[in-house]
Amino acid sequence: MFIRFLEYIGSWVLKLLFLVGDMTLLLWEIFKQLPKKLRPKHILQQMSHLGVDTLPIVSLTLLFTGMVMTLQMAGEMIQFGAESTVGGVIAIATGRELGPVLVGVVTAGRVGSAMTAEISTMKVTEQIDALRCMAVNPVGYLAGPRMLACMVMVPLLTVYGNLISVLGGWLVSKEYFGISNYVYWHSIEQYADGADFSGGLIKAVVFGMVIATVGCYYGMRAPEGAQGVGMATTRSVVTSIIIIFLLNVILSWMLY
Amino acid sequence: MIRIENVCKSFGEKQVLKNINMEIREGETLAIIGGSGSGKSTLLRLLIGLDRPTSGEIYIMGQAISHMQEAELDKLRMNMGMVFQYSALFDSMTVGENVAFGLREHTDLSEEEIQTIVARKLEQVGLPGIQSTMPGELSGGMKKRVGLARAIAFDPKIIFYDEPSSGLDPITTVKIDELMKETQKKQKATSVVVTHDMVSACNIADRIAMIYEGELIAIDTVQNFCHIKDERVQSFMQRMYMGREQAE
Repeated sequence: MFIRFLEYIGSWVLKLLFLVGDMTLLLWEIFKQLPKKLRPKHILQQMSHLGVDTLPIVSLTLLFTGMVMTLQMAGEMIQFGAESTVGGVIAIATGRELGPVLVGVVTAGRVGSAMTAEISTMKVTEQIDALRCMAVNPVGYLAGPRMLACMVMVPLLTVYGNLISVLGGWLVSKEYFGISNYVYWHSIEQYADGADFSGGLIKAVVFGMVIATVGCYYGMRAPEGAQGVGMATTRSVVTSIIIIFLLNVILSWMLY
Repeated sequence: MIRIENVCKSFGEKQVLKNINMEIREGETLAIIGGSGSGKSTLLRLLIGLDRPTSGEIYIMGQAISHMQEAELDKLRMNMGMVFQYSALFDSMTVGENVAFGLREHTDLSEEEIQTIVARKLEQVGLPGIQSTMPGELSGGMKKRVGLARAIAFDPKIIFYDEPSSGLDPITTVKIDELMKETQKKQKATSVVVTHDMVSACNIADRIAMIYEGELIAIDTVQNFCHIKDERVQSFMQRMYMGREQAE
């Protein structure tokens, strides 16, 4: 019984190492292919898809997160006479952690899944083989523009998300707790600095790379058939989210 | 033009192709026939470099491709065109964009020149003026034609066809066969056609090769192929004709 348990653990670790190795190789291949042929039209197309698809859900998620955080926190802080720190705490928490992580998770769910579904459908309908037959590298053609789009758009969406979250916090602080505009915004000026936001942006760039790599990886290695497309899409989202949370811990430890 | 030497291909434990030796001459049309799962489509994938043989060597235009780097192979692929079994058209692009795809990727031709070539190729396959149509709006036969137009956009020296008549009704099959013959005349390319349709093979090919359970069991001219005494060849041909008679 114990031996079988160890065997199970061993095979799981091997599979995990294989997956990490395979994804790293794909990431390397993407960056190797990128400079060979830049496809500005495709990159802009992907950036536009990513922005349009994700903007509404990023707005809602970050607005409500900023609001609920303030709702939970501001009351306690007011009791301790620390209402002048509310804005700063919201800004730091959003800039360092919540902004990049939530935008990453939302983008993985909204865009990463679509990326996997599109590429895996292309695979099962032999469109990727057709690319290769026409002497076009599928990694360069499909993954390259998606990678650049994610690396640019996830940080931009994070900046936007941070702003929306802080605005949500301000709305609740002002309307529900009666904290004045000056106190809220001055608190941000006083406690938050550029590093809180720049660190978050570095995280966002990394999360963008994760979303594109994982999305393209599962798309290109999807099992045959409609069921394969579904499986690949689910795995892509779950894996992206796990990696985002894991890397967030590592990056937070390194950056702050 | 194409030489296959002792090629074997295995997927895990399963050996799909066993010691295939074959030569395809410049300008000829070779039909590779065989039942489902006999390994003929696998052989076609090896020829265009989508898969690599487990052992043996394939020479395309004098160059060994079995261990060739993908970038090197891409240069060689510029001389090849492939028509897929289910057309494999890029469904996010229009017909015109599909046909123009290779030209846009690999040449510096102006948009006007590309459009002229696209119009000419679509006319060649009997579908003029459908540049702005999406692949989803086309019938199976039309998709095959667009697939052929895309394959010949570059005027390749070798054209591979994977099951060009599968899923088509008999009338459309004859039309596609005629189109392949016409293309062969115009392009003067070497053609390799994988099919399980014996009638179609006799109609379009100069020579026929038969693969049975991964082995090349016969290869000869169309005229001589029917007289091959091998039991497996005869059995395949009889079943094909019986199936056709029953269908009629």
